[in-house]
Amino acid sequence: MGADNLLPLAADLEAARSQMALTLGFHIILASLGVAFPALMLIANYIGLRRKDPVALELAQRWSKVAAVTFAVGAVTGTVLSFEFGLLWPEFTGTFGEVFGTAFAIEGIFFFTEAIFIAIYIFGWKRLSGWGHFWTGVPIVIAGIGGAFSVVAVNSWMNQPDGFKIASDGTVTNVDPLDAIFNRATGYEVPHMILAAYLVTGFLVASVYAVGMLRGRRDRHHRLGLLIPLMVASIATPIQFAVGDTAARSIADDQPVKFAAMECVQETSTHVTEYIFGRCTSDGIKGGIGIPGLDSFLVGWSTDTKVTGLDSVPADERPPANTLLHWCFDLMVGICTALIALGLWLGVSWLRKRDIPRSPWFLRATAVSGLSAIVALECGWIVTEVGRQPWIVYETMRTKDAVTDADGVWASLATVVLVYTALGIVTVLILRAMARRWRTAEIDEADVPYGPRPAPRESSEEPP
Amino acid sequence: MSKADAVAAALWVGVTLYAVFGGADFGAGFWALLAGGGERGRRRRELIDWAIGPVWEANHVWLIFVLVVLWTAFSTAFASIMSTLFIPLSLAALGIVLRGSGFAFHKVVSRPRDRRLAEAAFAISSVLTPFFMGTVVGGIASGRVPIGNAEGDPVTSWLNPVSLLIGVLFVATGAYLAAVFLVSDARRYGDPDLERYFATRALAAAVGAGAVAFAGIFVLHADARYIYDGLTSEGLPLVLASGAFGLGALVLLWRRAPRGVRPLAVGAVVAVIWGWGAAQYPYLLPEKLKIADGAAASATLTAVLVVFGVAVVVVLPALGLLYTLGQRSVLEEETEG
Repeated sequence: MGADNLLPLAADLEAARSQMALTLGFHIILASLGVAFPALMLIANYIGLRRKDPVALELAQRWSKVAAVTFAVGAVTGTVLSFEFGLLWPEFTGTFGEVFGTAFAIEGIFFFTEAIFIAIYIFGWKRLSGWGHFWTGVPIVIAGIGGAFSVVAVNSWMNQPDGFKIASDGTVTNVDPLDAIFNRATGYEVPHMILAAYLVTGFLVASVYAVGMLRGRRDRHHRLGLLIPLMVASIATPIQFAVGDTAARSIADDQPVKFAAMECVQETSTHVTEYIFGRCTSDGIKGGIGIPGLDSFLVGWSTDTKVTGLDSVPADERPPANTLLHWCFDLMVGICTALIALGLWLGVSWLRKRDIPRSPWFLRATAVSGLSAIVALECGWIVTEVGRQPWIVYETMRTKDAVTDADGVWASLATVVLVYTALGIVTVLILRAMARRWRTAEIDEADVPYGPRPAPRESSEEPP
Repeated sequence: MSKADAVAAALWVGVTLYAVFGGADFGAGFWALLAGGGERGRRRRELIDWAIGPVWEANHVWLIFVLVVLWTAFSTAFASIMSTLFIPLSLAALGIVLRGSGFAFHKVVSRPRDRRLAEAAFAISSVLTPFFMGTVVGGIASGRVPIGNAEGDPVTSWLNPVSLLIGVLFVATGAYLAAVFLVSDARRYGDPDLERYFATRALAAAVGAGAVAFAGIFVLHADARYIYDGLTSEGLPLVLASGAFGLGALVLLWRRAPRGVRPLAVGAVVAVIWGWGAAQYPYLLPEKLKIADGAAASATLTAVLVVFGVAVVVVLPALGLLYTLGQRSVLEEETEG
């Protein structure tokens, strides 16, 4: 570890940034499932109880078992993140913890509520009454949304810091926790992330059943398993498009340099061309499809709108990797557009004949929608985070000034790469094995929810 | 009592609840590690699964609470601790990942080999995680964490007599609490063999934890004088209370009393934690950073107290519901993963 001292400081910064990116990029998928999966589970549960539909109840029960696994992995990867606030970024948390921390304290309450009621729900299938059990699931959904609000409010604060002043000696004064929580970016970042969670979860779950149907399993179980999540996602997607569009315009106002990097706008000007893909160079976009004036139009509804360029700030205040940012932004928007089309396809078919479209292309499109939604989610996250660089707190603290002086970040990064790769693979394998077992297993009488209550354990479970 | 003191007390409540519930949860993993093979080992692990299955995640949210309150209300102390003690805290985080995923996975994998692997990940990290957390607490208590970004020694801050002692003490205390809880869980489970098995272990763990704590007096005297002085003055009544509770629990365990062991065992742990708190007061980092000097802005402290109040109103009843349903065996696992 002593050798690390010889490396330039920036090297440790890169390790810290990579570790944060990997652990957050991993957790964001599980967090999305944690926010939205309980809602899908409860919709199935509601249909099952309301229509006395055993297939819907079975879906709800299986989804709760999947949620148990993903929630557990999400809880531990989330715990890692709260360690990393200190392990990787002690100057950030040490300086601004008192400003943004309250939101996390609130998140603690939501996380607690979630952990408690998810346990009651998962373990309550046998002995609680049907509707009683259903209601123990409702706090999970509310807590999921509340938790997402609290966490994303902190990220919004990093983009639009508010609720403090910096005194002449560099210390933080005039702290106002409420102003920090309800900063300028909260209004668009929070709904954007919560909708993203519903969108990702909906398409991901639907894609699993679409694959099953493509393999010929076209029973009611698969049909319902596809319909519930896909409908939720299809409703969320157009709203997401509108929210995302608002967010992009707000970013053009609030963080013009981030916006300039996303769109590779080198010089502040009017009549800015919108490029779809292409390579960002210091002379602007090379390649890509250009639509003259559209970028200005999208920012201010007129081609005369002035768009701030990267030249508005010194080179050391511009985000890195502009081509990556530009591609991520375009991919996110493109995928969202395609997913809206998929939702419309379902909507039209549903209105006309109360059924999913017959075409195998519909199932194929749904089958890839889950992974596409995850790609869009990660792209959005990259745009937010990389686009804010070099700042950890926008225009207030640089990321390089926030990083730990501890040695060994490279070692912990290497460990994280290994452990998280294994964790991701094992989680997917285990979920697949569970699905396979369910497909082949006979339905066990003892497993039917809300069945007759078994005799007390004392008499039935005598050791052999 | 100042507002900063009130927040420190709220933080200490979180620490206490984590030590009791999280500690017992880690302890359950300790006994899973020692459960042995064959049919008997399988039954012991089954009881452990059954007992902690519904509550293990909630048990560990207290850690999040502690971290968040620390970084919000006492940001400087948080940053100093996390950067100086980078190594043991990274190892503890690794342990948390392996433990949680191991526990979640072991119930849903079907192949025996995979199951054993997941169980091993859970059980081994159940011992290592509290050990590393203990070394962190030892580093803080013995004044080895200076203010600043990684200002302390990255190695001796946690590889020192006090850290090793508290690391072992954390593991032993967790094992003790877990064994005591598992005795009554075995009774609820209707298995007298397991009840006897864990009663014996509870006795052994009580003696073990007591011995470590006793040895600790000398280690603290030599290596953490500030805490030692505090424990033998302001903290003394609580230390004595802890000893009395511990002895009482020991007697009841010895006589196989059906009731009263759990409150006494918990009381012993709680008393020693508050004794330590009294000993360390008014310091966040002994002799380096006082609560008053390390506290956040007044508005933030108010916000944390409000959130804590809401947590008491919202979370505690919900937790009570969870534990009550668990104790009444309403929360039963499915027969198949």
